[in-house]
Amino acid sequence: MTTHTFKPDQAPPSMSIGAVAWLREHLFSNWFNTLLTFLAIYLIWLLIPPAIQWMLIDADWTGTTRADCSGEGACWVFISARIDQFMYGFYPEELRWRVDLTVIAVILGAAPLFIRAMPKKLVYGPVYLLAIPLISFWLLHGGFFGLEEVPTSKWGGLMLTLVIAVVGIAGAMPLGVLLALGRRSDMPAIRVICVTFIEFWRGVPLITVLFMSSVMLPLFLPEQITIDKLLRALIAVVLFEAAYIAEVVRGGLQAIPKGQYEAAAAMGLGYWRAMGLVILPQALKLVIPGIVNTFIALFKDTSLVIIIGLFDVFNSIHQATVDPAWLGMATEGYVFAALLYWIFCFGMSRYSMRLERRLHTGHKR
Amino acid sequence: MTESKQPRSLDDKIMIEMDTVNKWYGEFHVLKDINLKVRRGERIVLCGPSGSGKSTTIRCINRLEEHQKGRIVVDGVELTSDLKHIEAIRREVGMVFQHFNLFPHLTVLQNCTLAPMWVRKMPKHEAEEVAMEFLKRVRIPEQALKYPGQLSGGQQQRVAIARALCMKPAIMLFDEPTSALDPEMVKEVLDTMIELAESGMTMLCVTHEMGFARTVADRVIFMDRGEIVEEASPDVFFTHPKNERTQAFLGQILHNH
Repeated sequence: MTTHTFKPDQAPPSMSIGAVAWLREHLFSNWFNTLLTFLAIYLIWLLIPPAIQWMLIDADWTGTTRADCSGEGACWVFISARIDQFMYGFYPEELRWRVDLTVIAVILGAAPLFIRAMPKKLVYGPVYLLAIPLISFWLLHGGFFGLEEVPTSKWGGLMLTLVIAVVGIAGAMPLGVLLALGRRSDMPAIRVICVTFIEFWRGVPLITVLFMSSVMLPLFLPEQITIDKLLRALIAVVLFEAAYIAEVVRGGLQAIPKGQYEAAAAMGLGYWRAMGLVILPQALKLVIPGIVNTFIALFKDTSLVIIIGLFDVFNSIHQATVDPAWLGMATEGYVFAALLYWIFCFGMSRYSMRLERRLHTGHKR
Repeated sequence: MTESKQPRSLDDKIMIEMDTVNKWYGEFHVLKDINLKVRRGERIVLCGPSGSGKSTTIRCINRLEEHQKGRIVVDGVELTSDLKHIEAIRREVGMVFQHFNLFPHLTVLQNCTLAPMWVRKMPKHEAEEVAMEFLKRVRIPEQALKYPGQLSGGQQQRVAIARALCMKPAIMLFDEPTSALDPEMVKEVLDTMIELAESGMTMLCVTHEMGFARTVADRVIFMDRGEIVEEASPDVFFTHPKNERTQAFLGQILHNH
């Protein structure tokens, strides 16, 4: 009988590892890639230094009026002079602590949900999700329990943007999931209702929906009924985005093998438990990129409320740029707006990537 | 076969009764007048060529497939479209699938405790105790905190068996439990099933493992084109098959072994 001797493992050739190898492989692998690399370096050199020069080095940071700006670089004085308005809109100055407190409450309240070892998450989560909208409404709007009322017409700036985005996301997600389940239901009536709903909202532009909610809807309602303009916009955003979420989630549901549905059914789980414990956790995990994509789009689409005269952060900045005292500050304003939106959207994107990694439980069957 | 198995004395209680069950997929008549009675503790192996309706037959027993004519009574409860009956039957009937169908987002332990906690309303610690007990029985308690994706096929299938047993079912259905496994893992799963058979479980098993059929089956049922063509004790079935279709089938599969 012969015994097979296995060859020992050897170290890889030195040219295939380390920084030099990385450079060779990714930047200079052939003449065309080398050319592209140099072209890219040239473009970076062309764009970045002047941008930094304008935004940081030549920029004016301190002062209170336009006269404090030299005009050489960016005039950030414009932003700092108006920052309160960009953040809070026309929310009464002496009550702005309530907005700050809401933000703190929302973030602190949510923090335990992000701690992995936190016990009783399934109890705390729903309590938080039920309580925080009430607390936020009380703090922001007031009018009861000793807080002075601040009508929504005074809300504005980043605060308003966040209200629309957060309510949009929190409302669209559960509704979207229900619509996705309904669209795959065995019951024809439910299926038809869901399909009709989804296709209707997907077929119209958000700007039309907002316009309808603001201008047309009051014409159809009896005069004594007035619905708050912001509330109408919120409902419009929620219904609109729910249709998109529904289709994203449906994609996830379809990707789950039939065997998972069967295994759940075979062990006696009813429809809602099978969905909630077995199917949705897997389906939603699969479509995190799509869901976050929708939420990022939603966040940016909140700027469309400009059409119905709400002063979200973008509209606030836009209005400031046409203020005669600050004419010519449009670039600074829009760069600042872009930066704000970018921070939030990039944050969501990074968070979704982290979430995907954390929920990864090895390859699927 | 060295020893000739004596027919075991069985309980008189009928656990499953299928009475002239018929089923169609569209125009295609998959099950034709299936009559089958399974007594408590009985071990039945269903075999036959692919497309013969054997999987469909056992999937009708827990209503993963709906039959259109005939009567199925499981443990005294008749299968109708009444959801309560269906769920009551599914609580008592465990199933093991060809492709394991473990839940990839849950650990092995969570896979095993899910149904006992949510269907049987068992407290978590109790469900975990039961789960660990069955994971020990299928000899993988050390994998309890891993995810299914980290296990081999054989281990996954043993988890699937443990998961079904955690519901303390009265009947176990096996739908080609070893067909998706690499050859070297078939034995560990079959050994688990033999052990289970020896514990007195009522079992219906669709399989091509004729060795398994010989060792544990009380009855072997041969199906072809949606009909039960022949049923007999393994001794008779393997040595003196009556029907020519059975003979041809056995000739084909035993040739490969």
